[in-house]
Amino acid sequence: MARTALLGRLTWQLAELVEVIAETPHVKTIVFDVPGWPGHRAGQHVDVRLTAEDGYQAERSYSIASASDGTRVALTVQRLEDGEVSPYLTDELRPGDQIELRGPIGGYFVWEPSEGGPLMLVAGGSGIVPLMAMIRTRAAADDDTETRLLYSTRSQDDVIYRGELERLSGNGLTVVHTLTDSQPPGWTSYARRVDAEMLAEVTPAPANRPRFYACGPTPFVEAVAESLVQLGHDPRAIKTERFGPTGG
Amino acid sequence: MTVVSRGFRGRRAADVNPARVPPGQYVTRDFPVLSAGPTPYTALRLWDFSIIGELDQPRVWTWEEFRALPSEEITRDIHCVTKWSKLDTVWRGVAVDTLLEGIETSAEYVTAYSDGGYTTNLPLEDVTGGKAWVVFAYEGQPLAPEHGGPARMLVPQHYFWKSAKWARGLRLQSSDEPGFWETNGYHNYGNPWQEQRYSGD
Amino acid sequence: MNELRLDGNAVAGLLQEVFAVEMTTAIGTCSGCGTAGPVGAAHLYRGAGIVLRCPHCDNVLAKIVKNDSRVWIDLPGIRTLEVTV
Repeated sequence: MARTALLGRLTWQLAELVEVIAETPHVKTIVFDVPGWPGHRAGQHVDVRLTAEDGYQAERSYSIASASDGTRVALTVQRLEDGEVSPYLTDELRPGDQIELRGPIGGYFVWEPSEGGPLMLVAGGSGIVPLMAMIRTRAAADDDTETRLLYSTRSQDDVIYRGELERLSGNGLTVVHTLTDSQPPGWTSYARRVDAEMLAEVTPAPANRPRFYACGPTPFVEAVAESLVQLGHDPRAIKTERFGPTGG
Repeated sequence: MTVVSRGFRGRRAADVNPARVPPGQYVTRDFPVLSAGPTPYTALRLWDFSIIGELDQPRVWTWEEFRALPSEEITRDIHCVTKWSKLDTVWRGVAVDTLLEGIETSAEYVTAYSDGGYTTNLPLEDVTGGKAWVVFAYEGQPLAPEHGGPARMLVPQHYFWKSAKWARGLRLQSSDEPGFWETNGYHNYGNPWQEQRYSGD
Repeated sequence: MNELRLDGNAVAGLLQEVFAVEMTTAIGTCSGCGTAGPVGAAHLYRGAGIVLRCPHCDNVLAKIVKNDSRVWIDLPGIRTLEVTV
C-alpha cells in the first residue's frame, strides 16, 4: 500500500465533500470521499485545485488530517481572513459539492509506526494538522511508541482537536500545550512562545535519539529547528514542514 | 478536463477596464511577494549601485549619492508572469536615463544584477528613453526588503521578473546574456501584451 | 528572517508530476558545499518559477518552470541525485 502511494504520475480527480466539522472559530475539517483512493501515510498532503467559471484557477496544498481510512480523506483548513482559497473551502463548500484534488503526496515528512521513536512532534497553530494524522495513525494501529506533542496556539479556543488530544493522551502519548496570548484562569502549563528552554524541558534527551517533526508558520518552524540543534539534537533527525508566513 | 468549482471566484478585482489587462492576466489588489531566494539585507552604508561593462569609465553611487540624484514619481501598471497584474502602482526612483547620462558605449544590451546572484537581461533601448528606473520607494514609503528594498529595477513594459529586486547594478554588454529565468524557460524578451511568457512563445 | 521560505516537500506534487516518482526522499549532493540531504529538506522559494536552494549554503540546487505543456528543469547545484524507484 505504501509503495503504490509513492509511485506513479499524479492525476487530478474529483472528490465529494461528505462532512464538515467545526473545530475552532476559524478552523474547519472538511471530509471528502475520494473514489479509488489508495490510502495514505501520516504526514502526506493533497493538492487542491479550484476553477472559476472564467477559467481562473487557484491551487493549494493541504495536509491530510485523518489516518488512512478507505476512501475517506479529511483536511483541516484554517480560514485566512484575506485568503483566496481557504474562505471558499470553509464558508462556501457544502456536502455534495465536488472539488479537484490529487494525492497522496510526499514521502519526506511522513511517519508510520514501524519507524518507531521516541517521537517528538512540535506544532505551531495549524501546523498541528499533519502531526494529528500521525497521532491518529498511531492510535488506529494501537501503537505505543513514546510520543510527545508540544502544541503552541494563541489561546485555548485556538486548540484544534482539543478533546481528542485529551482522550488519546496516555498509552505513551504526552500532550503539552503552550498558550502564547491568553490563558484561562488556573492555567498551569506554558504561557509563552516556544523557546530553547521549553524544548529542553519537553523533549527527550539527544542520547535517546528522538525523531522530530516540526510544522507551522515558517518563522516558528525555523526557530524550533534552530533551538533543537543548539540543544544537541541531530539535524538529520529533525524534519520540518513550513507553512509559509501565515501558516494557513 | 477541469471542473468548475461552484461559487469560486478567487480574489480578483472586478470592474477593471479590460484594455489595461494583458492577455491571460488577472488584476489583484494585493501585492504578492515572490522571490527566487532569501531576502538580502544589505546595510545602506555598504550599498552601492554601479554601471559597469562596456563603457569608458564604470560609475558607482553610494546610497547618499544615489539619493541625491534627481528622482521622480512613477505610476505604472505591473504584470507578473504568474498571471497577476497590479494597476496604478506608485513608485519613486531614478531614471536609468539619468544613471547613463553622458555615458559613451557601443553596448546594445544590459544585464541587471542583484544581491543574492539574480540576473535578468534587456536590450539597452528598453531601459532608456523613459522606460526604466531604479526605484527606492513604493506608495510613498521606503521600499520594503521583501519587495526588493533598498532599491530594485522597475521596467514595467516587461513581465515583472525583469524588474530585478535588490538591484546593485547594470552591466552594459555588446552581446545578450539570458539571465536567471531566461535561461530556464521564461521568454528572453517578455512582452506581456504579446504574452511572451515562455521560451518559444 | 525569510518567512516565505518553504521546504522542498511543498513541491512534492510538482516533482512527482514531472519525474513520475516521489522525489522528496531523493538524496541530492550540493555542488557548492558538498552536503547531501533529502530534496524535501531543501529550501523552497516561489518566484516567477520554483527555486530549490541548499539549506546549508543557499546554492541554487534546481530551478523549475512549468506551463500546461512543458517543464523546464535546471539542476545547476545538484552534483548527484539518488532516487529510490
